[in-house]
Amino acid sequence: MDRSAHVALARGVRLQWEPAQQARVLLYPEGMVQLNESAGEILALCDGRTLAEMIDELQRRFPDAEVGDDVLEFLADARRQGWVEWEDADHER
Amino acid sequence: MNADGAIQEPTQHVSLRGMPLWLLAEVTYRCPLQCAYCSNPLGFARYRDELTTEQWVSVFRQARELGSVQLGLSGGEPLLRKDLETLVGEARTLGFYTNLITSGVGMDERRLARLREAGLDHIQLSFQADESELSDQVAGRGHFEHKRAIARAIHAQGYPMVFNIVLHRLNLDHIDSILQLAWDLGADYVELANTQYHGWAFHNRKALMPTRAQLQHAEAVTERWRQKADGRMRIFFVGSDYYDQKAKPCMNGWGTTFLGVAPDGRALPCHGAAELPGLALPSVARTPLREIWEDSDAFNFFRGDHWLPEPCASCEVLAQCHGGCRCQAYLLAGDPAVTDPTCPKSPHHDRVLAAVEAADRPGTAKPLVFRTVENSRLLRGSGTDPNS
Ligand code: SF4
Ligand code: SF4
Repeated sequence: MDRSAHVALARGVRLQWEPAQQARVLLYPEGMVQLNESAGEILALCDGRTLAEMIDELQRRFPDAEVGDDVLEFLADARRQGWVEWEDADHER
Repeated sequence: MNADGAIQEPTQHVSLRGMPLWLLAEVTYRCPLQCAYCSNPLGFARYRDELTTEQWVSVFRQARELGSVQLGLSGGEPLLRKDLETLVGEARTLGFYTNLITSGVGMDERRLARLREAGLDHIQLSFQADESELSDQVAGRGHFEHKRAIARAIHAQGYPMVFNIVLHRLNLDHIDSILQLAWDLGADYVELANTQYHGWAFHNRKALMPTRAQLQHAEAVTERWRQKADGRMRIFFVGSDYYDQKAKPCMNGWGTTFLGVAPDGRALPCHGAAELPGLALPSVARTPLREIWEDSDAFNFFRGDHWLPEPCASCEVLAQCHGGCRCQAYLLAGDPAVTDPTCPKSPHHDRVLAAVEAADRPGTAKPLVFRTVENSRLLRGSGTDPNS
């Protein structure tokens, strides 16, 4: 995965805090997924910044955690689900 | 209109059970189309009154307090409400994800932009076919060319585009060119929804039910498209319980997730609740929404699974399937409180099998009965409120 890729929520996908659920949720056409805390933290950073910047930020917030592979794996999955998007570098895909 | 919310629940936190996550506001039953498969009640013509703007906004606010997040603005044709922009704006401000479920008739670029400004999140545009003639044949007047133009405009204005089509005997064989159309229009999601035989579709069942070969072919073509469209266009193929030989977990369980409101304010535990006998539907114009959701007879009638008789009572998958659909139990077995006959364990399952087999036999095409005000009156009398 290219760490200079800019990661953003996909078109029509919205992240918000739901008081009734005491959780962040991801909303998309006719659907919703309730997020756990780490998923919520990661997705909240998907605002167009690069993957490298995201990982740095998460590492800064959670200095004791091993941030990296887990985040990449989560994002790859989130992309398959259609929650986030980024442009691949030409040689990939 | 057809709108079933998909709500995933993969994680922990506060349980989602018991919240009306999906609020369906059927803001009007007026509609310029006359789809023979329409899921509106046969007696829709009796719903003359419509809630005011303020009443709808009050419903939205109360629903948010109960935990609603997804709002479907549906009908009829919701664009016929002149206050649609206001409704969208208020709902969005309250935190709803706003879904407009529309035929596109009555939409133009200016209105699209105004709705966008108001905060509309997504538009589900329904098609009847891949071409004009067949669209007219299914919907009276299909407005195909207009829909196509609106689809392009939706895409151009940056909305996620959900291309929806109800599938049946008359259009299933067009599946490849239907998917091509969705692709050409830049759809992000495609919902291929096989007809659910309720409402007008039940009335037109003989004309609409496909052969099994048609369905298999459509599924195979869809699978090919899935490979091709990977990543750019997501395709959902919603099967038919008549053919799948499996009852569907209707509404994800009665009174667990779904709260519908009819144009006149009647609260609906499911899309077809107004057609069920013995169910007094409370009105949001008179009763607070929390009281309706938590305490009303209508929402408690089929809540939980404990009331289901055999074969469901001792079935190992009861918690997933909830005994199927109440409307279907009523339509096919004459009693809403029994096992849905699409389940092979139902003592009435032979009726479903017979319908599927009849659809396989060649025969003369039955004419469609269109969803018109005249037909609604003919089929369901007129004037009186079925629930009073
Ligand atoms: S007639 Fe067609 S467009 Fe109108 S509400 Fe029914 S299904 Fe929707
Ligand atoms: S018997 Fe009842 S609970 Fe079991 S699968 Fe059939 S409908 Fe569902």
